[in-house]
Amino acid sequence: MLCINCGKRQATTHIKQTVNGQTHEYHLCPECAMKLGMASFNPFDLSDLWASLFKNDTPEVSETVKCPGCGSTFEQIAKRGKLGCPECYKTFYDELLPSLRKLHGKTHHTGKVPGNADEGTKTARALKTLQEQLQSAIESEEYEKAAQLRDQIRRMEQQEGDQ
Amino acid sequence: MCKWYLQPGEQKDVAVSSRIRLARNLKDMPFPNKMTPEQKYDVIQKVSDALLQSGDPVAADYRFIDMDKISRNEAYAMAERHLISPDFAENGQGRALLLNTDESVSIMINEEDHIRIQVLAAGLQLEQAYQKAEQIDTLLEQRLQFAFDSNLGYLTECPTNLGTGMRACVMVHIPALEAMGTVSQLANTISKIGLTMRGTYGEGSEVKCAMYQISNQITLGISEKAAIDNLSAMIKQILARERQARQGIDHDKLEDMVFRALGLLRSARMISGDEFLGLASKLRLGIGMGIITEVPIETVDALILTCRPASLQSEAGGALDAESRDKLRARKVRQQLNQQ
Ligand SMILES: [Zn+2]
Ligand SMILES: [Zn+2]
Repeated sequence: MLCINCGKRQATTHIKQTVNGQTHEYHLCPECAMKLGMASFNPFDLSDLWASLFKNDTPEVSETVKCPGCGSTFEQIAKRGKLGCPECYKTFYDELLPSLRKLHGKTHHTGKVPGNADEGTKTARALKTLQEQLQSAIESEEYEKAAQLRDQIRRMEQQEGDQ
Repeated sequence: MCKWYLQPGEQKDVAVSSRIRLARNLKDMPFPNKMTPEQKYDVIQKVSDALLQSGDPVAADYRFIDMDKISRNEAYAMAERHLISPDFAENGQGRALLLNTDESVSIMINEEDHIRIQVLAAGLQLEQAYQKAEQIDTLLEQRLQFAFDSNLGYLTECPTNLGTGMRACVMVHIPALEAMGTVSQLANTISKIGLTMRGTYGEGSEVKCAMYQISNQITLGISEKAAIDNLSAMIKQILARERQARQGIDHDKLEDMVFRALGLLRSARMISGDEFLGLASKLRLGIGMGIITEVPIETVDALILTCRPASLQSEAGGALDAESRDKLRARKVRQQLNQQ
């Protein structure tokens, strides 16, 4: 049997790996096993998952649209499973959104914001966080807390409008 | 200071190590798959300056490694110690690494993203590891403009990392749950709550070292803290279940098994990677349960990290055939375990 990775050398090593309970077996030559044996210890590679989202339903998109930042078309991005530059997210936002939702369940960032982000970004994020807290306060029937949060949101929105 | 895996940590009987990784990219620069060699060089300069020239006392703890200037074997040895990804080891062109002294923090430049900050910690220490990663991130952003969108968060080459760009991971040692055959059921539960479980049996189908890595899958729409809390809660459940399962094993048989493992490891003259992992797993179980007290658990964890092929070759200073590796591995194991 030949090594499935290089297809050149004899496969002498058999690596079994399980991901979420599903076992896969790979037959490899000693050299590839040395490289890929470590790959099986790498928990961070989820790029296959992303690429698989496009296998069945590639969104319809006119081929002529190219990202001004790097020249990628959406078709290229879907095929590579990688974006070309930060600008791609803006260019293909609508096309990406359904798969982002499938992947993460949500489409709005709620984590850390860089210290040097512009004021608008910071306020928008702070507002969004407050709105989420409000939602969960309502869901858990903490009405006093919800009222406070509602006031806070209103004040913030007014300040925004004044500027 | 001793390496991170020799440092103390919590819940080590079951939790082997914790890992946090943050992905960041520079604004106005294509992602690595679209970069020219000049742009890669430019990013290496900017990122390493942002840390090394920051004037922050932490900077003195880091060294700069040009991945193209070190041998592939040395790079693979780093991957075996989990400091870098296998892909980063395989191809060093246009890539650099910033590594601190105890090897707990590694910053990969031009991996899949421009910057990947990784923090490793012994045992279960997700919060502490995140704080450490976040400090480096904050230090870097004082001199760098990161690609960030108010809706989508930190922009990454692959959308699987979008949002926080954070992946948290805990490696657990669960031989008792594995012996009971409940691992696949556990994996099933885990995948339903947005986590991923990966296991490796080593290089042969027979061998089981019972090490599994559990990490968060979702990075968008969840804060760093919430993602870490979710993962920690799951890990704590696994710790409890594994400990309970361990108590259910027949004590005499268990004692016999772990002391036999220790005896073999202390006497063998040649030991393959597979055999070593299987025995190390049993020994680790014995130490975790307090049956074996003369060997610290850190010694076993250190051996597991440094007894793989590339690390042995780098220690020997040259290529070794399988037989020579097995001899060197046995000698290393013997030396470490007979010291106590
Ligand atoms: Zn091969
Ligand atoms: Zn682009």
